[in-house]
This record gives sequence, C-alpha cells and structure tokens, in this order.
Amino acid sequence: MCLGIPAEIIDIREENGVKIAKVKMGGVTKDVLIALEDVKPGDYVIVHAGVAIEKINEQEMKELDQLLKEAGII
Amino acid sequence: MYIVSIEEKIKNLYEKNPQANIIVDKIHRYAEKLSGKGYNNIKIMNFCGTHEWTITHYGLRSLMPDNVELIAGPGCPVCITPGYYVDLLIKLSMENYTVLSYGDSYKLPGTKLRGVRSLFDAKIRGWDTRIVYSFLDAIKTAHKNPDRKHVFFAVGFETTMPTTALPLYQGIVPKNLLILSAYRLTPPIMKYLLDEKPEARLDGIIAPGHVSAVIGSNAWSFLPRDYSIPTVVAGFEPIDVLLAILYILKMIYEQKPMLVNEYTRVVKPEGNTIAKKIMYSVYSVVDSYWRGIGVVKSSGAIHSEKYREYDLFHNLGFEDKPVDDKLPGCKCPEVTLGLAKPTDCPLFMKRCTPNNPYGPCMVSVEGTCRIWAENLPVKL
Repeated sequence: MCLGIPAEIIDIREENGVKIAKVKMGGVTKDVLIALEDVKPGDYVIVHAGVAIEKINEQEMKELDQLLKEAGII
Repeated sequence: MYIVSIEEKIKNLYEKNPQANIIVDKIHRYAEKLSGKGYNNIKIMNFCGTHEWTITHYGLRSLMPDNVELIAGPGCPVCITPGYYVDLLIKLSMENYTVLSYGDSYKLPGTKLRGVRSLFDAKIRGWDTRIVYSFLDAIKTAHKNPDRKHVFFAVGFETTMPTTALPLYQGIVPKNLLILSAYRLTPPIMKYLLDEKPEARLDGIIAPGHVSAVIGSNAWSFLPRDYSIPTVVAGFEPIDVLLAILYILKMIYEQKPMLVNEYTRVVKPEGNTIAKKIMYSVYSVVDSYWRGIGVVKSSGAIHSEKYREYDLFHNLGFEDKPVDDKLPGCKCPEVTLGLAKPTDCPLFMKRCTPNNPYGPCMVSVEGTCRIWAENLPVKL
C-alpha cells in the first residue's frame, strides 16, 4: 500500500475548485490529487494511490561518494 | 511461475548499481569488527513491505555477512487489517451495496475458513465488489450511480490517509459513498513490538520511506532516544537499503544510536505538513485492533465529528470491535512482528500460495509471504 511511484507532472488544472494534476509515470498518464503546495508542470513527485504526497528534491539526489563522506564512512 | 536464481539476481544488482560492491565490502568490514566485539547475530528489521521486496528481489540477504540478519517487519497494512471488516463488507455487498477496494485488499480473507471469504469471492457469486486504483476513482463511480449506495475499503498506513482525507476536506465526496477506515499508524506498532515482544531483540531499524514522506523522519526519533536503536529512514532502491544497513552497522560499532535520513530526496524531518494538517482534521486517533496481534494504543484513525456522516461504522450502526480473526495454522501475525519467517509456516507454498492465499500475508504484494513466494528460488 505504501508503494509510491515517481511521476512527472504534465499539467495542473482545477475542477470544481479542486486541483488535479495530470502525471506521467512510466508510460502511463493519470489524474491525481495534490497534497502539496508549490508544484508545477515539470516537477517530479511521489504518487501513492492517486495522490501526489511529496515532491522529489533533485538537489538532494546526492552522489554515493558524498553520502558516504557525510556519514563519515570514507 | 518464473523465478531467477540468486546468482542472476546479484548479477542484476551489480550491473544496475555498480557502486553496490563498495557498500557491500564496507558492510562486511564493519560486521567483522563487530564480530570481534561479540556481536554474533545482529538483527536489522525493515519496517516496510517495499523494503522487504527490494531485499528479497535483489537477493540482498545472500550478500550479508553471517552475523547480520535482515528481518521483515509489520509494514503491510493489508496483512493487519481486521478480518471482521472483510466480513462486514461482504455482508454489505449482499445487501446491494457496491463495495470498492484497492486491488491489494480484494482477495483479503475475512474470518471465515470456507465459502465467501473475500470480496473477490463475493464478486464470483455475483455481488458488486470492484477494484479501484484510487479513492478519486471511487468518487467518480459513486457520482455516476447516484441511486446506488457505495462503500470504500480504506486500508493503509499514514501514506494512504491523505487519499480519503484530502477529498473529504475539499468537500468533493458524494453522500452515497461511505468509508470504512481501516487506517493504522506505524510508530505505535513499532513501540508495541519493542515493549511487548522483547524476544524480537532488534539491533537496528530501517524505517519506512513513504510513510515518513507524510509523517516526517522526526516521527522515528523515539527509537534511538528511548530504545537506543540505530534507525535509518531509507529509499527503496537496492543502494538505499544497502546504505541503510551500512549506516546502522556503523552506529552499532560506534555505540552512537541515532536517526539518519537517507531518503532526503523525498523525506523531510517534519514530513508533509499540509497533508498532516488535513489528515488530523479529518481523522481522530483511537486505540485499534491489528489482525492476529491485538489492540494497539493510539494506532487507528476514525472520522472526526465533522466527517462522521461518511463513516461506515457510525452511519450503519456497526461497532468497530476486535473479533478473533487468527486463521488456524497461519503464522501471519508472527511473520508480521518479525518473530517467524514465511518458511517457518507449514502452510507456506502448500495450502497457501499467491494464487490461492489462505492467510493475509500471502495476499498483498507487500505481504512478506507473498514477496518470498514470488522471489525466492524455491522449487514449486
């Protein structure tokens, strides 16, 4: 149930006052709800059971060397 | 069923992740140093079913030193959803309700041993039970059939709670759609496991990544603080899990239990504050029953006063009560708490298979038994 899937936001529209995002995950596009502020087309999010629950922070995509260095392992 | 050998899985892991061998090498070095200090059986529990899938699918256990054991934990919400809820939904389907469920809980058995055991069985008998991808799809279905009564089976941990909380909060749920909240909260079960089952004897915990995306990594700070257990919030790639294991071994070696967030690309210390605010205005925390385990303090969620008209129990006058749902011979509760392995169960891959699951741990793709059944190189 906690299987979150990374997806790219293609488009955001409003239906009856509710924000709905069209996202692309793998080869599939899907309408999902957004539990986030400040997301825009082009952003990557984690989608779980039809809701974008968190944004993927590309700046935090660290290289392995950096992670190990921060942890004091190398 | 096609099952690849461990050798092929490891080859696959290294080809996809060329740095994996650096980490595995370091894991072995720490394990050796720890062995010299008398650590002969280091137990690391992964909370999340998706972590267990990564570990099993990529054969990570076979890469571990002899003194490091990876144990699956309670991270499968379908596995601990009370059987009584399934019985109730089957009954409602027979009273002409349309029952909408995630695919993962569709074959979940109720308390009965034969006859109509699951929503899937009810469908075969002609009752209207359906799989939906999301609660949004359930809303669309209910809108299209305004004269019919619908119920939605809301199974899940904190990750899933926003899926119903958000539409309820936004006021877009039609009145002909009731919700059975089977939501359960994860930190309380971890606390329960450590307090009530000391025999689990855990040395490290890999905390769930996507639950933490919602509740925040700080939700796990009690583990190193109160129980001195090194804890790492980790992502779901094999590299993430290997790194988590390495961090845990390092913390054990240095005797500095801490909370490390390895999954910073998604998880923030405070989590998703907007989702949390909405979740806890729509739901109130209560003591709740976990299948085969018992009542766990402050571990469940019911609709709060304002949203109670959508609550199935409140609306139809049913009581949300613990009902004995342990299936004879099934070791799912022990497997869920990390006290047994699927292969310790005499029913595993005999009476209980992915195609014809007997116990709940064989139903969900996050159930440890299902993961082992589909990924282990066993002869079938």
